[in-house]
Amino acid sequence: MTAATATEWETVIGLEVHTELCTATKLFCGCANNFGDQPNTNVCPVCLGLPGSLPVLNRMAVEYAMRIGTALHCTVQSSLFHRKNYFYPDMPKDYQISQYDVPINADGWLALPDGRRVGIERAHIEEDTGKSTHVGESGRIHGADYSLVDYNRAGVPLVEIVGRPDLRSSEDARAYVDELRAILVATGASDGKMEEGSLRVDANVSVRRRGAPELGTRCEIKNMNSLRSLGRAIEYEAARQIAILEDGGTISQETRHWDETLGRTSTMRSKEEAYDYRYFPEPDLVPIAPSAEWVKAVADALPPMPADRRAAVAEAAGMAPDADPVVTVVRLDLDPLLNAAVAAGADGELAVKRLANEVAAGLEQASTLDPRAFAAVVGMESRSELTTAQARTVLKELLEHGGDPAAIAKAHGFEAMAAGALSGVIDQVIADNPGEWDRFAAGEDKVQGFLIGKIKAATGGNADLKEASALLRARRG
Amino acid sequence: MATPISTADVAHVARLARLALTDEELEQFTGQLAAVLAHAADVEALDTTGVPPTAHPLPIDNVLRDDVVVPCADREEVLAQAPASESGRFRVPRILGEAP
Repeated sequence: MTAATATEWETVIGLEVHTELCTATKLFCGCANNFGDQPNTNVCPVCLGLPGSLPVLNRMAVEYAMRIGTALHCTVQSSLFHRKNYFYPDMPKDYQISQYDVPINADGWLALPDGRRVGIERAHIEEDTGKSTHVGESGRIHGADYSLVDYNRAGVPLVEIVGRPDLRSSEDARAYVDELRAILVATGASDGKMEEGSLRVDANVSVRRRGAPELGTRCEIKNMNSLRSLGRAIEYEAARQIAILEDGGTISQETRHWDETLGRTSTMRSKEEAYDYRYFPEPDLVPIAPSAEWVKAVADALPPMPADRRAAVAEAAGMAPDADPVVTVVRLDLDPLLNAAVAAGADGELAVKRLANEVAAGLEQASTLDPRAFAAVVGMESRSELTTAQARTVLKELLEHGGDPAAIAKAHGFEAMAAGALSGVIDQVIADNPGEWDRFAAGEDKVQGFLIGKIKAATGGNADLKEASALLRARRG
Repeated sequence: MATPISTADVAHVARLARLALTDEELEQFTGQLAAVLAHAADVEALDTTGVPPTAHPLPIDNVLRDDVVVPCADREEVLAQAPASESGRFRVPRILGEAP
């Protein structure tokens, strides 16, 4: 594919994201919802699909689903459960209980960090399946001799978030999943761990000539286990489809499997082989009809979302909401430190920079960082009592050992570097290097580097060199 | 009225439900299902304008339980009832095809 042809085509992406909910128990029974337990230790007649067992819905799973819907600006509505029938050993009942035509959350949107909105078609509740391990040389289904099944995950509550095909690039897709993950974590509904499979993404990818009104035929890509593989899979798939269309071929609608090692997608099943799930209403469950009071209580209790927090940080720092330091501070949950520092009188922009750099680098200790001490360091830097280099040193020590910033600065001899002290150092450097000073004073700018070097040496590298340059130039008159 | 369901339809539904039916059974169930569908057609003929769809025969909703862990079944007892098990897991025949 040449660069010229690439620009003629537009990639259209819609994502389906499954998130496991952080409930204590499964969706329809009181078995523990724990990742990593010994196989088949969290199972009971309900999640094993034994005859005569009956599901009873977990209130907390409904609450989490409502939080997710509210955070995604969906309409939270009365909803029903259906049985999705299929024969596969990961579901011992031979059906999955899901929501079909009437989901709990419908018609919302998510704003990307740059402000663009991506439509959310629905966010519905369903149960997770068991985990099968294929035994044989390949470790995959093809060539396996038999399979082993662990039902600990069967019946774990999921919310599936179906996005509209509003994304146009792999970068868009990654930004969407990143933002969605942050929202899910903020609601408390999910731990957002893609590596552990608690967040799983399928991508519907199609391409069309730029400006074409109709969407192209799409393929659904499965098995992306990280944001990176999501991006790679989308780019591979779009290029594959463009190559076929440019050769005069047509795309067949199918489900494709992403192979991370080979870096390509391959056919999993065609449209003809698509499952006929024979959905029908789940007779063992009654509708969920959240009262207006419940819906309102969920909305009122929702904590600030990442976008709100970025807006607040951006405001405090005088930066754009999608500026890197702002995004970093919110992603790493450092904004409470910012708020405390600003409340204690620290400069917002400086505080955001220190948080996004030094504090982010020592993140493990960030939780022990005393907000007042952090505010004090930023305050000393903004009043030029500390240079940037000195502030970094003090902050690093504060993160590692704690303590009083003023005492740390004093122990390093940094207190002498106040602007007044710097003036004394400059006096000395001028006295020691009269020839160079005369040349500089006569307008020979290139000598400035020499003088600054002397100041730097005399202060052990702790002088604010910008300040020193300004003072030198001021002396020259 | 035209036949509401063909033998081929019944064979398809049987396949989806993994039921092996003989030709005689196919004929028999085609007749029975046709009667069921004819009854549904009778109901469909009623004017239901303004009648909300029934989601469930019981006039209740929001049957919920608290999110509290209860003891699970004993693994050995559970696995003992399976045709085969290995390493604490259910052992199943080779699976033909990826998960849905």
